[in-house]
Amino acid sequence: MSDTFQLDGAAVPFEPGQTVMQAALAAGHYIPHLCYHPEFKPHGSCKLCTIKVNGRTTASCTMPAEAGLSVESDIEELNALRRTLVQMLFAEGNHFCPSCEKSGNCVLQALGYDLEVHATGFRHLYPDRPIDASHPDILLDFNRCVLCELCVRASSEVDGKNVFALAGRGITKHLIVNSESGLLKDTDIALTDKAMEVCPVGVILKKRVGFSQPIGERRYDQRPISAQALDDAPRQTGTGGSCAACEDPS
Amino acid sequence: MSKKLRVATTSLAGCFGCHMSFLDIDERLLTLLDLVEFDRSPINDIKHCGPCDIGIIEGGVCNAENVHVLHEFRKNCKILIAIGACAINGGLPAQRNHLDLGSCLTEVYLTEPGLAHGHIPNDPELPLPLDKVHPLHEVVKIDYFIPGCPPSGDAIWKFLTDLIAGKTPELGHGLIKYD
Ligand code: SF4
Ligand code: SF4
Ligand code: FES
Repeated sequence: MSDTFQLDGAAVPFEPGQTVMQAALAAGHYIPHLCYHPEFKPHGSCKLCTIKVNGRTTASCTMPAEAGLSVESDIEELNALRRTLVQMLFAEGNHFCPSCEKSGNCVLQALGYDLEVHATGFRHLYPDRPIDASHPDILLDFNRCVLCELCVRASSEVDGKNVFALAGRGITKHLIVNSESGLLKDTDIALTDKAMEVCPVGVILKKRVGFSQPIGERRYDQRPISAQALDDAPRQTGTGGSCAACEDPS
Repeated sequence: MSKKLRVATTSLAGCFGCHMSFLDIDERLLTLLDLVEFDRSPINDIKHCGPCDIGIIEGGVCNAENVHVLHEFRKNCKILIAIGACAINGGLPAQRNHLDLGSCLTEVYLTEPGLAHGHIPNDPELPLPLDKVHPLHEVVKIDYFIPGCPPSGDAIWKFLTDLIAGKTPELGHGLIKYD
């Protein structure tokens, strides 16, 4: 019999070492998240997963589960904050969904849908971020980066390479390519790399496969992200392997 | 029966796709006409907007005339709705926003091959382009937003019928779309 904590009034069992996020997803309770990925160590940067634990806000992807915690997640106060975070991410980059290859399979967009975000509401920054099309098979469109560091983590932890990094601080923080020229063509990235699969938005794109899926058949056309994130969650601790979030949509 | 709601619509820096989608409500347009009557709109070609209950605006703000029309709508409409991606984040026209307007005009009208002997249009009839393309909410207060490029007829119908019924409009899965 494992210990439990309370999440929005439901008892959630957990194994030692699990975070609140892991335990919640494994037990079938969705907590919105963007930078958390079931196969990687939590990063704790996007704050979409913010919960209230015993009245104080914290990131559920980094918060260790403990017996007897009283956790609130699906409450209007937190969902309003999550909406604002999504809106700020949209305003900070250049997110023109109608012309984005990731549209329909994009986590940021799907979060916006699920949270009923109708508009950004902020003044858009319209940053100038040239794309990198130097690689014969891969396109980088920095306009959509949400700085989740999943590509950085995948490249170093899984691929044993070091293709990506985040540079700068605050509003100037941005994704860079680790090569002398700064161009992707001068790295050892390969189409089969884990770093090619993990980007939640439309930055790291395979060339010549865009828009191949008809509208209506893309991942989040089918079911909202709140339903699908539960499919991706490992059901027991320690199970590695593939998750649906990393499936190639093409 | 209570008085019909008066509705005005216009397209600023848009492609009329949202208006086409509005017509996609098909025969429900007749149901709508029991509830509303149209003021200024491309549907009837009335040129200026009088006092209205609801104004629906497609497209962002890319030139001086757009600013005037938007202010006319805000002054006359109790509720102003931004419809479509361009009205909400500038959309395709705003993809010039990280570029210098002068260099855009030079490239399009002067230096592009085949246009070497062209000139930048400067007829006084043409509204002056703005330095940047703006979403509507950066210029006036917007009360509601219907996202989509364009939003489907079903999304527009759901939104308007919620609003007319006095409910907070909700789209929900399948109707909320940014593309
Ligand atoms: S990355 Fe996602 S949110 Fe951004 S433009 Fe593409 S589909 Fe839209
Ligand atoms: S490129 Fe994608 S995976 Fe990498 S930091 Fe940006 S959003 Fe995250
Ligand atoms: S998912 Fe927890 S901070 Fe991003």
